[in-house]
Amino acid sequence: MNQEKREIVIPSQLLGEIKNKKAGKGTFVENGKIYSEILGILNNNSEYVNVIPLKGRYDPIEKDFVIGIVDIAMASSWLVDINAAYPALLHVNEVPWDVEFGETEKYLNHGDSIMAKVLQVDQEKKLQITLNDRNLFKIKGGQIFNVEPHKVPRIIGKKGSMISLLKKYTNCRIIVGQNGRIWLDGSDDGVKKVIDTIKMIENNALSFGLTNKIENLLKKDAKDVH
Amino acid sequence: MNSDIKLFENGKRLDGRKNDELRKIKIEVGVLHRAEGSCYLEWGDNKVIVAVYGPREAIPRHTQNPLRAIVNAKYNMAAFSVGDRKRPGPDRRSREISKVISEALENVILVEKFPRASIDVNIEVLDAEAGTRCAGLTAAAVALADAGIPMKDIPVACAAGKIENQVVLDLGKEEDNYGSADLPIAISPRTGEILLLQMDGHLTVEEFDKALDLAIKGCYIVSDIQKKAILEKYQPNSEGK
Repeated sequence: MNQEKREIVIPSQLLGEIKNKKAGKGTFVENGKIYSEILGILNNNSEYVNVIPLKGRYDPIEKDFVIGIVDIAMASSWLVDINAAYPALLHVNEVPWDVEFGETEKYLNHGDSIMAKVLQVDQEKKLQITLNDRNLFKIKGGQIFNVEPHKVPRIIGKKGSMISLLKKYTNCRIIVGQNGRIWLDGSDDGVKKVIDTIKMIENNALSFGLTNKIENLLKKDAKDVH
Repeated sequence: MNSDIKLFENGKRLDGRKNDELRKIKIEVGVLHRAEGSCYLEWGDNKVIVAVYGPREAIPRHTQNPLRAIVNAKYNMAAFSVGDRKRPGPDRRSREISKVISEALENVILVEKFPRASIDVNIEVLDAEAGTRCAGLTAAAVALADAGIPMKDIPVACAAGKIENQVVLDLGKEEDNYGSADLPIAISPRTGEILLLQMDGHLTVEEFDKALDLAIKGCYIVSDIQKKAILEKYQPNSEGK
């Protein structure tokens, strides 16, 4: 990265002219000028001007891996909260079990957690999720931890570098959903350490060289323990 | 009305302000952690707190619009916000203010991005001293930006009025009670479009033009304070570079 500092932009801030740059995500164009539409970080490196949001709801994209919490079991489907603006529909055809009509409550009920994949997002933003894929199942044990959805890429790191670090040094099982929910399982100390570290990543998401910093920190901690 | 009260003394107003001077404004961003976005604002002796929830599915369902989000602003005055206890609960005045603020905000929020959703803006007036609708809208705008809701602009509101035949900016409590006109407006500072305009009392056309210009000028000053407050909260501090 060649920028010295990440620039924070606020809605309605002028970012450039349409003549020189293309308007990317998080921006809008009016009278040939590009403005930011959200509070976020300016990314001006490519031919597009993008604004990466700092906060806000999770915006589901098809094929995203998410962690959902079942809200209601209906006759032939479930409504699942996946941290988006709308509840997601999980139809009985999209689960790996043979569910009789009206017997959905036997399999998933209010409060159960599932690993799921976003199947479809339509124009009206009606959401459908599925459990019919590899590594999708009902969660048993462990705990779920919430983070800001837009900071998930930071927690995963480049090609999963950050998350594999965490796994390596804490011996915890960690699964990160794109919707800002993180599932953890492991020893009490390990889980505590993961939560502390993730909180730190969240608070320092704007800084550079974070993966190295976290690695040093985890290494130091590991030495103290042994 | 009681006309013995003097609203001017030695060319200055009761609280020592000049004709085109605002009251002191303080804005704090992100004060509530359960809300998606929040803002606490002090405007003179007005104290307002705003929480933004959503976008989330609009309930009841018949209020949903399949093409866009609805904006539900709710203005509420606390019982202890005024001298005499205010009877709690919605009344005609607060319903009117909720409606005009919702409509002002709808014009800047990119509502097409969230079909069927509602964006709830709760404006709570903790301490009132004239101009709470302006304070409420200004704080609501900051809270919306804090919630990460896409907007075309950060709206801003300010009032002007007439006291003892002079047009002044941002009426205080006595000026509002004993003055002859009050003109609260809200604008979109990027384009200069007017989002809200109400008037209480009588102004001649010349006075109206003058008051409008003055209020718009006031809006731009407040707008700078808003933007500074948001940036201050989110600008990475020197150690987190």
